Formats: sequence, C-alpha cells, structure tokens
Amino acid sequence: MSVQSTETRRIPDRLGTPLSAAVFSWPSLLLVVGLVLFVVNSLASPYFLSPWALSDATFNFTEKALIALAMALLIISGEIDLSVASIIALASTMMGLALQYGAGTSELVLIGIMSGLVCGAFNGFLVTGLGLPSIVVTIGTMSFFRGISYIVLGDQAFKGYPASFAYFGQGYVFWVFSFEFTLFVLFALLYYVLLHRTNFGRQVFAIGNNDVAARFSGIRVERVKFILFLLTGLMSGIAAVLLTSRLDSTRPSIAAGWELEAVTMVVLGGVSILGGAGTIQGVVLAALIMGLVTFGLGLLNVPGIVMSIFIGLLLIFVIALPIVFRKIRNRRR
Amino acid sequence: MIIPKEPKVELSGISKSFPGVRALHKVGLRLYPGEVTALIGENGAGKSTLVKTMTGIYQPDEGEIRISGKPVVLSSPHAAFQAGITAIHQETVLFDELSVAENIFLGHAPRAAFGLIDWRGMNARARTLLAEIGAGHIAPDTKLKDLSIANKHLVAVARALSVNAEVVIMDEPTAALSYKEIQDLFDLIDFLKSQGKAILFISHKFDEIYRIADRYTVFRDGEMVGEGLLKDTSQQEIVRMMVGRSVDQVFPKKQVTPGDEVLKVVGYCHPTEFADIGFSLRAGEILGFYGLVGAGRSEVMQSLFGITKPSKGAVRIDGEVAVIRSPAQAVDKGIVYVPEDRGKQGAVTGLPIFQNVTLASLKKTSRHGFLRLAEEFKLAREYTERLDLRAASLDQNVGNLSGGNQQKVVIAKWLATKPRVIILDEPTKGIDIGSKAAVHEFMSELASQGLAVIMVSSELPEIMGMSDRIIVMREGRIVSEFENNAGLKPEMLVRAAAGIGEAA
Repeated sequence: MSVQSTETRRIPDRLGTPLSAAVFSWPSLLLVVGLVLFVVNSLASPYFLSPWALSDATFNFTEKALIALAMALLIISGEIDLSVASIIALASTMMGLALQYGAGTSELVLIGIMSGLVCGAFNGFLVTGLGLPSIVVTIGTMSFFRGISYIVLGDQAFKGYPASFAYFGQGYVFWVFSFEFTLFVLFALLYYVLLHRTNFGRQVFAIGNNDVAARFSGIRVERVKFILFLLTGLMSGIAAVLLTSRLDSTRPSIAAGWELEAVTMVVLGGVSILGGAGTIQGVVLAALIMGLVTFGLGLLNVPGIVMSIFIGLLLIFVIALPIVFRKIRNRRR
Repeated sequence: MIIPKEPKVELSGISKSFPGVRALHKVGLRLYPGEVTALIGENGAGKSTLVKTMTGIYQPDEGEIRISGKPVVLSSPHAAFQAGITAIHQETVLFDELSVAENIFLGHAPRAAFGLIDWRGMNARARTLLAEIGAGHIAPDTKLKDLSIANKHLVAVARALSVNAEVVIMDEPTAALSYKEIQDLFDLIDFLKSQGKAILFISHKFDEIYRIADRYTVFRDGEMVGEGLLKDTSQQEIVRMMVGRSVDQVFPKKQVTPGDEVLKVVGYCHPTEFADIGFSLRAGEILGFYGLVGAGRSEVMQSLFGITKPSKGAVRIDGEVAVIRSPAQAVDKGIVYVPEDRGKQGAVTGLPIFQNVTLASLKKTSRHGFLRLAEEFKLAREYTERLDLRAASLDQNVGNLSGGNQQKVVIAKWLATKPRVIILDEPTKGIDIGSKAAVHEFMSELASQGLAVIMVSSELPEIMGMSDRIIVMREGRIVSEFENNAGLKPEMLVRAAAGIGEAA
C-alpha cells in the first residue's frame, strides 16, 4: 500500500505575497485609524497642524511608549510586568538620593538606568528562578518598589537637578525633534529588528505560543524570559531618566498608573494578551494614536478624565471591530 | 446446566472511524448482571473508544446498543447516565471544588421547598450510600479535592448507586492505587456483583483480571477476537489472542550492521519514576522500549533529554561522560527527543511549518544572530520533502496540519540539527496509516545512515517490526532485554511487560 513516488512533491514557501498579507494586517488598520484621527484633529483645531505643536504632543507618550516596546516582547512571550511605573518611581528616587550626595549628570543617568536593570533582574529572578507567575510577582513589586520611594521621600520631593540634566527630557536634537522622540524612534527600530529579525525574537514568539514545546526544542526559556524582564527594567530606567529630567523633580507618585497605559498601548498595538503574536509596528502606531487622541482632546480643552474614558473606549472599539466584523461575515454565510 | 442469562448490555456490530484511523470494526460486547467482564487488549486496540461509545461521548458509525434487550441511542454522556451506565476512570470526571455529597447527587439532588437543595437530606443519603459500600470513613461534606484517588473512586461508585446504575465501567481503576486500596476496590466490586450490577473491568494486569473477572472479551486492532468464560481459558490463550495478528503489515526495516557504541547509560535512577536503568546503543541501531503505559519509559527518555533530573547515574556519549541538565544541552550533545504529546510538547502549533523546523537550528540558518529567511525555507524544504510532508505551503501554521504531518514537522526539526541519537516516544500514536508508513520508512533510513535510534512504543507490531533489540520495562525498571530475531515471540514481550510467569 505504500507507494513510493519517485519525485518529491514541491511545497511552496508561501501562498500569496507578503504584501497582500501586510495590507490586511492589524498595523494597517491602526494606520487608517491614525490617519483619520490626524485629519479629524486638524479640522477640529487650527493649532494642530504646526510642527512645534506636534512636537510638543510627542512628550505625552514617548516615555510610556519606550516601556511599551519592551512590554510588547514580554507580553508576546506570555509574561507581563505591571511594576514598570513603580520602577520609574524607584529609579527616580535613587537619582534624587544620588543628587543629595552631589552626583553629576552622567552619574544620575547611570544610576537611573542601573536601578531599572536591578528592578528588572529582581522581577526576572522571581519569575524565572522561582517559577512564580509574573502577574502576581509584578503586582507585588509594583507596591514594593513604589513603597520604597514613599519611605525615602514621604510627602517631600527631590528638586534641583543640574541644568545639563534637563537636556534628556527637554532638549532637542535637531529642529523640532526632541531628544525623547529621537530616542523613541531609535529604540523602535532596535526593537523591531530584535523581535522580527533575530533568533532571539523568534524564540520569544515560540515561547509565547507554547513554552513547553519551546523548551522541548532546546530553547532556554528561562534565560529568554529573564532577558525580557531585564529589558523592561532597562526601558523603565531610561523612562525614569527622561521623566525626571522633564519634570525636574522626583515625587513618590511619579508616573502613577503608567503600567496600565503601557499595557494598553501594547494590546491596542495588536499584541495578543495571551502571548505568541504581535508586531512592533503595531505598538508604535498604537503609541502615536494614543498621543494624537490625548493631544487633540487637549487642544479642545477636554479634561483629563474624559481623555481616559476616550482611550478606554478606543481600546474596546479597536479590539471589537475585527471580531464583530468576522461575526457578521460568518452569519452571512 | 444453568439457563444462560440474558445480557444486561449488548453491543453488536459497533464501528467507529476517525479521519485516517479505523478505531472499531464491527465489535460486540456483552455484559451480564452480577458478573464482571474483563476487556483485554493492547494499547490502541480500541478499548477506550468502546468505553467512550458506551458513555455517550462518541457516537458509533454503525451498530446497535441494547440495554435489557431494548435498543437505545446514547446521544450524550447525560443520556448514557440516564440509561444507567456509569464509568469510573483513572481520572474520574468529578468536581474537585464540590463536596462529596454534591458530587454524588449532582444533577439529581433531593429538593426541599421552593426547589432549593435539601442539604440535610442530601448529606444523610450520601452518608447511607457511602456506608453501604464500606466507605463510611468519608464525610459527605468533605471537598473532593481533599480525597485520595481510591476514595474518589468510592465517591464515583456511590454516585453510580445513587442513580441505581445497572452498568458500571471501570477503566483501569487500579492504575494509581496502592496494594491495600486495590484489595478494597475488589471487595467493593464483589459487593456490586452481589447487587446484580453488570461490570466492565479494563486492566492490563492479568493477576487482577483473574482475581475479579468472570468473563473476558479480547480486542485487537479495533476488532473483537475472542470472548468467553475466564475459567475455560488460560493466560497463554488470552495473550495469544491479544498479539496474534494477520501478517498484512510489512515493516520497511533494513538490516544494518551496528557501528560503534554511541550512547551508554549506567545506573540511572530517579527518586520516584525509575531505578537502575542501564543500556547501550550503537550507531545504526534501532533500540525498542516496550512496556505498559506507566512503566517509566517516557520518564527515562525525558530525563536523558534533560527535562527531568535523575538522582543518580551516568550517561556517556561516544565514551565521554555527558552532563545533561536541559534540553538545550542535550541538543548540543546530539541527543534529541520526539515527545509523545505532539500538540503540547512537540509542535509550536501557532507558528508556521518552516519556523517549527528551524526552531532548533537557528544557529545554522542565521548569521550573527540575525534571521535569514531564505536559509530557513531551504532547510525546511530539504527535510519536509524528505519526510513527504503534505502541506499547502511552508508558511502554513502547523496547527492546521493533520496529526501525522505535525509529527513529520517535529521529526524534521530534529533531523535538521543532525543529531547522534534520536529518541522517538510513541512516534506513530494516533496518526494515520500513510504517515505511519512514512515515519517507519524514514526511521529505517536514518538508522542505515548511522543514526542511533531509540523508539518507545506500546504497539507490538511496531516494536517487533522496527527494532534490532528490545528492552522491556515494568514499574520503572528494565525487566528484560531481547535480540529481535526469529526466536522472539510477541508473547515473551507481553509476559515480561505484564509480569506474568514469575510468580505464577
């Protein structure tokens, strides 16, 4: 019964072109949403279409978006880090403490980034070393890290950062391009390459899809996840430097609630909250969309509370849209 | 001469097929009131499929089920339950978070006023039922999760009695029980017999079958090959029925002169799963591991592959001591493992075929850690075409492939790493006949190219058709080793695996 064919059948690499796949992808949908918002904004407010206004708008989201880049990888791998905003608080507090001992700009930056890395390593150790679930670990460290800030600062604030330190959060690299935004573009490219163009990124997808099969395929699952926690810590540390520089002060309540905004960006960007799927393009577009919405509503003098309502509705809408669309299409059949 | 009894349940001409697999072919089964019938057969003989047909989980493609002479259609598990058929599995379907009494009366709890559950009445009745079956030590308000497996079985039996079930199916109920618990279970079965229940008892252990059963029915390859009274037959006869088969299956085994020793395992132990495992494997050899489910074969292999850590023992590869603490290290040392649980451990079903194939060879296809898709497609094409993979494109998700083709992808992944030793754990379990032949053929070809192959299999024809040598394991230990030559009879393997002929 086993007929041995003499010629092997040829299996094509792909059906359809990568282009056709890209047109109907999530990032394309986000791009359309983003363009619509852009047009609506420019019609709604005469102040919107100015390079400097747009540049100002980027400060709203770049720090969160930097964290979202690393968070995207972590969520794709099937883990999550809810302590990122608290890492900012702790890193900023450490910088403030160092300032009291006369640290200069370069030491401050180093301390901010190192604090982020240490916090990330701590999360990573608890999750990968002890095998605890990341959602529980990082809810714990969320309170723990910020708690340290409150103990150090109480209701006080660190102020008086050196003038040269202000560059990171307030300076411009070229014309309207701020240091923050330029850094975000650079990191977006780096993360794009890391996730979509390297072995490491492929392993992240494999782990998120099926971490048992990934382990059974010789992937060092724990090591990959640990690195992802380190990266999230690193990005939080960098965000702490930028934010502290921009505000020129440290309070223990700094960046409160940012963990949810970072997660929102990631999910809005099309990353599966269950892990295993997502793109950096999507996350970048989601960050820009959230920036546009916040800025547009700000120009129309809409209060912050309404903005958060709008962001929440947008999230539900964009996630529901393709699901509802699919249901309608199925019903018609 | 006593008048022959009417069977309580009679199945006749039952067939059931799955895509590519004929699980049951015109089988029959009769269960008599007050008697225990043992269902005997190798793994894959169709026992589980039959149980699922009787409990309403599967619908037979053809055939008839009669209860007390009346034809019935068991369209759902609930219908089977209503018809008085209840099953007790190794992992019985009960609810861990509910109390014992709730589990017993779920769906038919005694009611008080306003349709509320009569808790007091329910607990009292549960207590009576439990006492009746000698399980008075179980309190009705205990949560089920706090009970041992033996006690869970008792709760399941109490549940069966609470609806006055006439037919009780016990599918390997003793697998996780201690000696004492097994004896208690047998006492309980004797009690059920005295109550006139018809009992179907499935076990691989002959001593248990002879202890408890009155009748036997033997299945082989989805067909019924014999039935009768146990006292009229011998163990030899039953074993012969289990394994004797038509010789229509030809295995593509090539004769290979084994090369040098590649792998040597000495004194390999695990605290709970296996002990004192030692064997050697030469290049070009296919070494079969036979045994019952739970004999510890997979555990030994997963330990060799670095998934679980052994407590003692040494592994040598090409004569050098190899320390393997993770699958990554095993792959580096040239040992790869094709797991039995394809969907969970083998394939990353959400990723495309080519990414699955290259997952363990990314170092080879990439440059300085950066992916090169063209190289990945090339490697994936090379191995998937050699395995005769059937797929629309290499970019297709593995989850959309049939089981046999998923298995080919997993094997392709490992061959792409150019291993020294490949361990295949039940490589053809649950895959269609065509893919089975492709896997066997390829396995044979690999061995002839000098790869050392370990094949864990519970299927006798496969193990005898493909192996050069066969190691039999039982209860975590190697019990015998056979050269696969003309003198080897399947009965010898079955006896070794089941432990027959040592005490008896």
